[in-house]
Amino acid sequence: MLLYLIRRGASLFIVLFGLAILIFVIARIVPGDPARIALGPLATAEQVTDLRAEMGLDEPFFIQLGTYLSGLAQGDLGKSLLTSRPVMDDILGALPATFELVVFTLVIQIVISIPLGILAAVYRNTWVDNVIRVVSLVGIVTPGFVLAILLQLSAAMYFGFFPITGRIDPSIMFDADITGLLLVDGLIKGRPDVVGDALRHLFLPAIALAAGGIGQVVRITRSAMIEVASRDFIEASRAYGIPERVVRFRYMLRVAAVAPLTILGLEFASLIGNAFIVEFVFSWPGIASYGVRTILQKDLNAVIGVVLVSGVFFVVANLTIDIILGLLDPRHRLREGKSK
Amino acid sequence: MSAPEMIDAQRVLTSRQMAIYRFTRNPAALVGAVIVVSVVIAAIFAPLLAPSPESAGSFVDFRNRHAAPSWEHWMGTDNVGRDVFSRVLYGFRVSLGLVVGVLGVAVPFGVILGLVAGYFGGWTETIIMRFTDIMLALPPLAMALAITAVLSPNLVNAMIAITLLWWTWHTRLIYRIVKAQMNEDYVEAAQVAGASHFHILFRELLPNCISAIAVKISLDAGFVILFGASLSFLGLGIQPPTPDLGTMVATGAEYMPEMWWQAVMPGLAILYAILGFNLLGDGLRDMLDVEL
Repeated sequence: MLLYLIRRGASLFIVLFGLAILIFVIARIVPGDPARIALGPLATAEQVTDLRAEMGLDEPFFIQLGTYLSGLAQGDLGKSLLTSRPVMDDILGALPATFELVVFTLVIQIVISIPLGILAAVYRNTWVDNVIRVVSLVGIVTPGFVLAILLQLSAAMYFGFFPITGRIDPSIMFDADITGLLLVDGLIKGRPDVVGDALRHLFLPAIALAAGGIGQVVRITRSAMIEVASRDFIEASRAYGIPERVVRFRYMLRVAAVAPLTILGLEFASLIGNAFIVEFVFSWPGIASYGVRTILQKDLNAVIGVVLVSGVFFVVANLTIDIILGLLDPRHRLREGKSK
Repeated sequence: MSAPEMIDAQRVLTSRQMAIYRFTRNPAALVGAVIVVSVVIAAIFAPLLAPSPESAGSFVDFRNRHAAPSWEHWMGTDNVGRDVFSRVLYGFRVSLGLVVGVLGVAVPFGVILGLVAGYFGGWTETIIMRFTDIMLALPPLAMALAITAVLSPNLVNAMIAITLLWWTWHTRLIYRIVKAQMNEDYVEAAQVAGASHFHILFRELLPNCISAIAVKISLDAGFVILFGASLSFLGLGIQPPTPDLGTMVATGAEYMPEMWWQAVMPGLAILYAILGFNLLGDGLRDMLDVEL
């Protein structure tokens, strides 16, 4: 198991390294001078030359790449032209908000979709199953921003209980300086008002973000449970007189969980991408909002930083899922080990 | 059981008849096919079908702005008095154009790389698949946003950005199929018979990938529409006055909740198109019996 972890960790570094180079190259080979783009058409040639020197753009390409990578190794992503602060600081400041939203969304997805998938499988081809299948299809095909807007609309018109923008009520004085996560810091500091308000703000964006994944996971859970139910060892366990509850939740679920877990991992990784839309609609002060803002301002250092951080998120999420799968199913460890 | 039924049950169906039979017995797939056909017709004949074709451009009619849905304007009018229904029809045109543009390049490219990687193996395989893995590790929406932003946002650049990210899925799918096919006798037979690499790749292996590609394209079409609309929604895709559904939702959202139809109607139109391609894709998957 340890060897497996080391091997997976090493491949993680290779992928991240490749990712950094790739993004840097894309950002540099595109037509147009980043300094000119950043300053706009009204800047003088002198200003552009100065900024080029400051950004190191007058160096040869490989020196630039080297400087960038060595900076990256020390956690330095360069300076943001928009906020004139180090990109790393900006991103670290915005990350907790996104992390809180994404993790909360994942919890909602797990809590809703796995039981629904099991329910649909147990009551296969009855009305329960049909309703669940239609609901998950609607979840899959509804674009995140359409759902977000519909939720905002109905919240504004029918239930004012859920706020439609922001992360916490501005009138609540609270400094989340321990982890940056409002829910966690609120609990640590014993502030139920903060936790309650943060939950209310989280609800709508999280639902908008969760819907697509819920649909996918319900489908996968359902078909995995149905497939496992027809295996011999389940029949055998029943024949031994093992209680139905144990058969379903101990034996079947453990085997059937592999497929939904893989999808949840992919889903978790793509949540950060979809968060771009949802954060934008709900004015959520996270990394995606920062990303959209810097993209609109053509702030290249910040854009590279945001894409890189979301890439890290993506890769680490996939790795975590691989490790969980390895724990659940020893064959997975062996297979991965052999192929690499 | 009566005699005619017995005979009927023994009749042997060809695999094509069997597939069509399975498709027509699947109501969801039929609904999907009807939706997709309706979207395609709307896109092709938009100038003929739209009650007010001039609404597609930068036409203004301030006396009729913010009109609620009525017999005259099925989906109401927008902030400058353009007919939302007409714009939705033209919006399908833009969305389908995007789908054709993206998949027309990404699918052949991805499929060829997948075939080559799976067939030749060795270093070719390692380089192609490692590169594909890295591309797949990129968060797609963030990447597409970054690319369109750097290139300046418009329809063609949105198409380029999505294409750059899309081929990877086809490469991985085809690679997996080819890897499995390489153990089949027909590949070895062709090799022994002295067939060229070109012949084996495109005349032996490719036909065995066609049904998987067809299913993938149908499912993809919906997601390309979604992706393009998401880009435009954030202001980084297709620019006004081109009637794009994502842009319409974004502009309409400013007049929520009172003038809800301006955002909700185009939003539902996107949902409709994606639903159609999804149902059709699922139906094709069952019909052709492929696993993606």
